[in-house]
Amino acid sequence: MGKYLVDIKNERLSFFTPAGEVKALNDVTIHLEEGEVLGIVGESGSGKSVTAYSLMGLTAHPGKLLGGTLEFNGHHVENMTEKEMRKIRGNEISIIFQDPMTSLNPVYTVGNQIEEVIRLHTDKNKAEAKARAKELLELVGINEPEKRLKQYPHELSGGMRQRIMIAIALACEPKLLIADEPTTALDVTIQAQILELMMELKEKLGMAIIMITHDLGVVASMCDKIAVMYAGRIVEYGETDDIFYNPQHMYTKGLIRSMPRLDTTEHEKLVPIEGTPVDMLNPPAGCPFAPRCDAAMKICLNQMPPQTDLEGCHYTKCWMIQKEQFEAQKGEA
Amino acid sequence: MSEKLVQIEHLRQYFPVGGFGKNKKYVQAVDDVSFYINKGETLGLVGESGCGKTTTGRSLLRLYEPTGGRFVFDDEVVFDVEKKIWANMLPYRKRMQIVFQDPYASLDPRMTVGDIVGEAIDTHKLAANKQERYDIIIEMLRRVGLNSEHANRYPHEFSGGQRQRVGIARALAVNPEFIVCDEPISALDVSIQAQVINMFEELQQDMGLTYLFIAHDLSVVKHISNRIGVMYLGRMVEMADSYELTFNPMHPYTKSLISAIPIADPKIARESKRIILEGDVPSPLNPPSGCRFRTRCPYADERCAAETPEWKEVSTGHYCACHHLDKCN
Repeated sequence: MGKYLVDIKNERLSFFTPAGEVKALNDVTIHLEEGEVLGIVGESGSGKSVTAYSLMGLTAHPGKLLGGTLEFNGHHVENMTEKEMRKIRGNEISIIFQDPMTSLNPVYTVGNQIEEVIRLHTDKNKAEAKARAKELLELVGINEPEKRLKQYPHELSGGMRQRIMIAIALACEPKLLIADEPTTALDVTIQAQILELMMELKEKLGMAIIMITHDLGVVASMCDKIAVMYAGRIVEYGETDDIFYNPQHMYTKGLIRSMPRLDTTEHEKLVPIEGTPVDMLNPPAGCPFAPRCDAAMKICLNQMPPQTDLEGCHYTKCWMIQKEQFEAQKGEA
Repeated sequence: MSEKLVQIEHLRQYFPVGGFGKNKKYVQAVDDVSFYINKGETLGLVGESGCGKTTTGRSLLRLYEPTGGRFVFDDEVVFDVEKKIWANMLPYRKRMQIVFQDPYASLDPRMTVGDIVGEAIDTHKLAANKQERYDIIIEMLRRVGLNSEHANRYPHEFSGGQRQRVGIARALAVNPEFIVCDEPISALDVSIQAQVINMFEELQQDMGLTYLFIAHDLSVVKHISNRIGVMYLGRMVEMADSYELTFNPMHPYTKSLISAIPIADPKIARESKRIILEGDVPSPLNPPSGCRFRTRCPYADERCAAETPEWKEVSTGHYCACHHLDKCN
């Protein structure tokens, strides 16, 4: 194993709100190699976006990084000043946001916004930047690029705007692209177009992708590895196949069971995860999922389970799995 | 159980969007949509945003004034635009209810949950005295998995899933026969969606409800519905039994819609080939002539531009509107 492109170790991050401290991230560790696609799944408030934003140095007030190291491509993001961060943001690391309707500036033309990125990060002149912008629009599959460059965001459809966002993100051929729910606001047929485009571009440009989503279907087709987050912790991490065919954590199992599938021929009753998501202001003392877990034991309520390593890179944080592994080892000894 | 409870014929709903006299422009939100729903059955409506599925549901309940069409509910004509029949809606409002998409916007923030559920009871004078009214409210809250303590609280004290339960309790309060569920789970977290879906199914069994279930997520609609109708740009393009529709789609739009849905199973997802549709949905202000799907359809030719495809029964209970069924199947 060489050096990772992204190496986040034991990240802790809190938001200090008037109502109290919200521990948004607890002990989050993520590695990503070059050209790899990582999916982060979880429900709203589980910390999946915060993880990715903090890697770009985009933690907004009242958020504060409390511990851990964030390494990206040799840079120590946690120690970088805003000025240094600006050099790599948009250049080596880029992001696509969820809502293409609000992430483009309505008073500038599309061309203007793409050229801005190019001129900021390269020494291309105006004409060269324009030529590059046109090239980028062709790359993301927009026809009549000349015409589009002169248009304003409101003149374009949602799918088109998301393509423009991708073009902006790719302007400097970043090593890592963060996609924060890139297709949630789009219709399924448009979603299919955008996902296809992202995979094509990944092959062409060889970048790594962090895909943040709540849709298990999206990660199944796109990702190499998946991190499942719950209440600011990664509760399970592994190869895509490990997560789907051999899930260990009760939350992962529950998520997979609770989704209706299109390819079943019989009516199956859905098995929902009972209860409601954690109140992040008053998280439980032990495993955050324990109050909703069918198999919760006494220890689950009081103590956070440690990481249990399974085959390959697959790991989970659950007392039950920890206990099983401990007993198996004892049996061998 | 094949008694038709809801029958809608040639429903049209146009919205004026400016212009005067002859130049007045209309958005053709729903154009010539016909279907029926049997008693105790669930009909699912799917389609992309702007295809008119929500408008269809709302026009049925006359939350909009329909531009054309006829609606027969339990053998009584509720409206018939051509014959100018407009029945008094109040007695029907007791029999038909709606659950809205956004539980954050559809509950009055200044009313307690008890009053939200109780409002319909007052309107229809279903309770003889205060005690009886209270009992009904508590019974409804209990049915949707809330309890009596919740009645005195305000909507902001609840999570999204709980609010949606309040919305459902409000719809159930008048003991309706027919409920339009307008994207009731789209705003909820994945782990909560299954809870609400199961609740809809249990309520249907217990109370013999009939649903029109509107959603854009075909996997959810397939799970809950007996039959599914697919809409595109204001028109119905295909309708069939839910398994028939998902495993044997006929219309090129349905085919691409189904293939576009990401399957949560990596092995199948890697093997399956997606039909990627080109372009975007055209504007309903100026829809394409003939078949409205023709601008994105790989099989389109001159005939599709000239003639509107006929809505016909292809096999038993499987309806489809396309000129080139033989070519694309």
